[in-house]
Amino acid sequence: MHDTVSVTGTPRSGDSEQYLTFRLDGLDYGIPIMQVQEIRGWTKVTPLPNSPRYIKGVLNLRGTIVPIIDLRLRFNLDEVPYDALTVIVVVNVGGRLAGLVVDAVSDVIALAPEDRRTPPEFEGQANRQFVQGLTQVDDKLLVLIDVDKLINQETLAEAAEAAA
Amino acid sequence: MPTIMTVDDTASMRQMISFTLGSAGYEVIEAADGAEALKLAQGRKVDLVIADVNMPNMDGITLVKSLRAMEQYKFTPILMLTTESQAGKRDEGKSAGATGWIVKPFNPEQLVNVVRKVLG
Amino acid sequence: MAIDLRRFHSTYFEESLEGVAVMEAELLDIERMLQRSGGAQELDAERLNRIFRAAHSIKGGSGTFGFADVAHFAHALESLLDEIRSGRRALDLEVVGLLMRAVDCLRAFLLAARDGAAPPAEAEALRGALERAQTAGRPASSALEPVASTGSGWEIEFHPHERFFHTGNDPLRLLRTLAELGQLVVRADTSRLPAWEQFDPELCYLGWSLTLQKPVARSALDEVFAWVVGDCELQLRPIAAATAPSDPGPKTEEKGATSIRVATAKVDALVDIVGELVITQTMLSQLVEDFTPERLARLRAGVAQLERHTRDLQDAVLGIRMLPIGFVFSRFPRLARDVSAMLGKQVELAISGERTELDKAIIERITDPLTHLVRNAIDHGIETPEERRRAGKPAYGSIRLDAYHKAGNVVIEVSDDGRGLDRQRILAKARALGLVAPEAELEPAQIDELIFMPGFSTAESINDLSGRGVGLDVVRSNIRALGGGVEVSSVPGRGTRFIIRLPLTLAIVDGMSLQVGSEIYILPLAWIAETLRVQPERVSQPAGGPEIISVRGEYLPLLRLDRLFNLPARARELDQGIVVIIEADGRRAGLFVDELLGQQQVVLKSLEPHCARLEGISAATILGDGTVALILDAGSLVRQAYSAASLAAPVALGAAQAAFSTALH
Repeated sequence: MHDTVSVTGTPRSGDSEQYLTFRLDGLDYGIPIMQVQEIRGWTKVTPLPNSPRYIKGVLNLRGTIVPIIDLRLRFNLDEVPYDALTVIVVVNVGGRLAGLVVDAVSDVIALAPEDRRTPPEFEGQANRQFVQGLTQVDDKLLVLIDVDKLINQETLAEAAEAAA
Repeated sequence: MPTIMTVDDTASMRQMISFTLGSAGYEVIEAADGAEALKLAQGRKVDLVIADVNMPNMDGITLVKSLRAMEQYKFTPILMLTTESQAGKRDEGKSAGATGWIVKPFNPEQLVNVVRKVLG
Repeated sequence: MAIDLRRFHSTYFEESLEGVAVMEAELLDIERMLQRSGGAQELDAERLNRIFRAAHSIKGGSGTFGFADVAHFAHALESLLDEIRSGRRALDLEVVGLLMRAVDCLRAFLLAARDGAAPPAEAEALRGALERAQTAGRPASSALEPVASTGSGWEIEFHPHERFFHTGNDPLRLLRTLAELGQLVVRADTSRLPAWEQFDPELCYLGWSLTLQKPVARSALDEVFAWVVGDCELQLRPIAAATAPSDPGPKTEEKGATSIRVATAKVDALVDIVGELVITQTMLSQLVEDFTPERLARLRAGVAQLERHTRDLQDAVLGIRMLPIGFVFSRFPRLARDVSAMLGKQVELAISGERTELDKAIIERITDPLTHLVRNAIDHGIETPEERRRAGKPAYGSIRLDAYHKAGNVVIEVSDDGRGLDRQRILAKARALGLVAPEAELEPAQIDELIFMPGFSTAESINDLSGRGVGLDVVRSNIRALGGGVEVSSVPGRGTRFIIRLPLTLAIVDGMSLQVGSEIYILPLAWIAETLRVQPERVSQPAGGPEIISVRGEYLPLLRLDRLFNLPARARELDQGIVVIIEADGRRAGLFVDELLGQQQVVLKSLEPHCARLEGISAATILGDGTVALILDAGSLVRQAYSAASLAAPVALGAAQAAFSTALH
């Protein structure tokens, strides 16, 4: 059985925005809570033949078919076996749904705009396109992800063609 | 509540007339041509007939003549729907016994006003 | 009370566009008759009336619903038609041509009004032409004009004729209306009242002298008495001065929404089924409330009933979206006429099966492919009249459009009696394009199939008609995208036939569940020709190329789905699995799978917005246990099977044939 947690983000009026943070290969990442639809445990997906490695397959989400992206593979990190803590974060950007497989979900935190910094050149070009900003929380680095670009259809389609 | 019969082979016109007069508090029945109208008129008492001129199966003029030949419709107001260019039709209608006419295009307010004048 | 007319707009537009279609169809018939009889001839009055009535209704409606410029244009068209149907103007080919152009313009006008676009540019010019074509001049219609009258009121003498009541008019009504205009002084004239014994209650004997103490416009009075002018003695004398204008109505415009016209019978059937469904559901919930094991049989029966109702409901609802293909076919007589005129060919179009129904969504998307095929038939298929005469054929080429249901599909045929496919040229072109190996020998049917390859057009010149780059490959892929397929068959010198197969509906599919490795795939039944257990000796792999399987003397490429989809398969050996023979676009191929799980009906769900297009997969569905199953695209799989070794497949097949014959001897 898997647990489903529904998240409804309520933006606080004022300066700060709320982010959902999660772990991936020892690093912390964050995405705006407004784009998070729900969080579920891992369930078996239906694989899509001849797709890029990081597209694990598709899942039935209450009647809608949602593609599942393994973020480790998307960011070219090592793959790990899925376990009881493995989590799928279902994001909804402008009506487009996708599930992101992450190691674990941490917390919801509020960030003020002045906390965000533009990313310096690092980690090569490949993943930079998804990074929206950097910040620091309790002495730890937090990488803010641009979800729109991550699940953007063109990027997926190009990648699919490249993989074919 | 007076009953009005609208006769027109165009569904949109019938709908508009039905809706307009229905909203004004009248009961409206519809017929798609003269023959159907005649049948309806025989079945129940109609207090006012609004009929188009050009219709298949039985045109408006013939409908007027047929209605006037019936005892219960000798004096019932019958209005023809005509267009400005059909002066001849108007005269024909009058000779056949029509009460008057409504000129197309008309807006709903005009229709209700005319009907109110005729039915009181 | 203000009534918003916009709610009637969509009905008005549908009606009017239907009226335009009627006018066009009638005019086409008339034109054909005139062409045959070589000039003017006696035409059926009822037909002319029909055309006139259609224009008349459109004009009336457009005025009423506020589309003044449409009404203006329709008025000119209607006037000319009136002249014609009353015999005051002769109907010849030139006038018919003008009328057809006017009908086209009217259609464009209506669509522009519906969609909020600009009106057609040629409207004014055409309207002028229509007016000039009427030999009798028509008085311009004018709105009510204010008439200045001098005076501070009116003296009115109003004496109805005896039979005044017989038109349903009532003098008292008129007096009341007058009284609304201003202070009215009424004096009745009883001089004509007869003796009591001669009094007839149905006749009018009274008259009136009236003074209206308000300076209203003459037009206002004219309006009051407009209906009865011929039925009375009326005199109007002004006493003072004033004016009053009249007001035009409001103008509204609105974009129409797409809608479907549904036969009420279909909706009634739906209501019935839903009623039954509710009853069954109530029964089941009651049963479940106090359920005991003895009642299991009844529960089962109830569920079976539910299943039946659900199926009926499903059929009925999908049936609502079904429209007769006549809607698509109806544009082709006009198209055929225009295209054949442009190309100097003579073509007769025969249509049958217009009542065959298909899903509205498919109808919308099949129009372009069909148009392309018909154009092609006229352009490439049908010869010029001289060529045909030389070939001993009638000068008129014939094109047939036919539609019928067959085996769960809709079949549409486009056939012509023209020159057929030129196989020499096709083969040469295919060789030149590198699609076929130079030394390959191809069967005639295989050569015919080549015309569906991209980049293929054997037209000598790309004229305005066939366009650039819109080839039969696009036609085929569009039809495939609908879940259907198209094949061609041809006899040189005799003609060509295109056969299009389409699913009855897009949304639900009867499929066979297949087990491939750990995954389940659904293959729509419509593509399955047969299934069989494999005898390994029937499969060979000539020249290390693709696997070929022999089925009753036919050699088909074999696709292993586990390999194609990169899945770990359970059955490695051929005799441990099943081969499903699929047929798409005139070709057959075998799919090797682990197991057949059974038939089921599935609801199609699109993958597209989220995922890129996948070869071999057309859609997805959600199974009863909530998991997603992918639906196979037979057309794509067949293509992959045959292209596994490019079109040298015929070579492989030929070698396989050779290999088998040696093996069997």
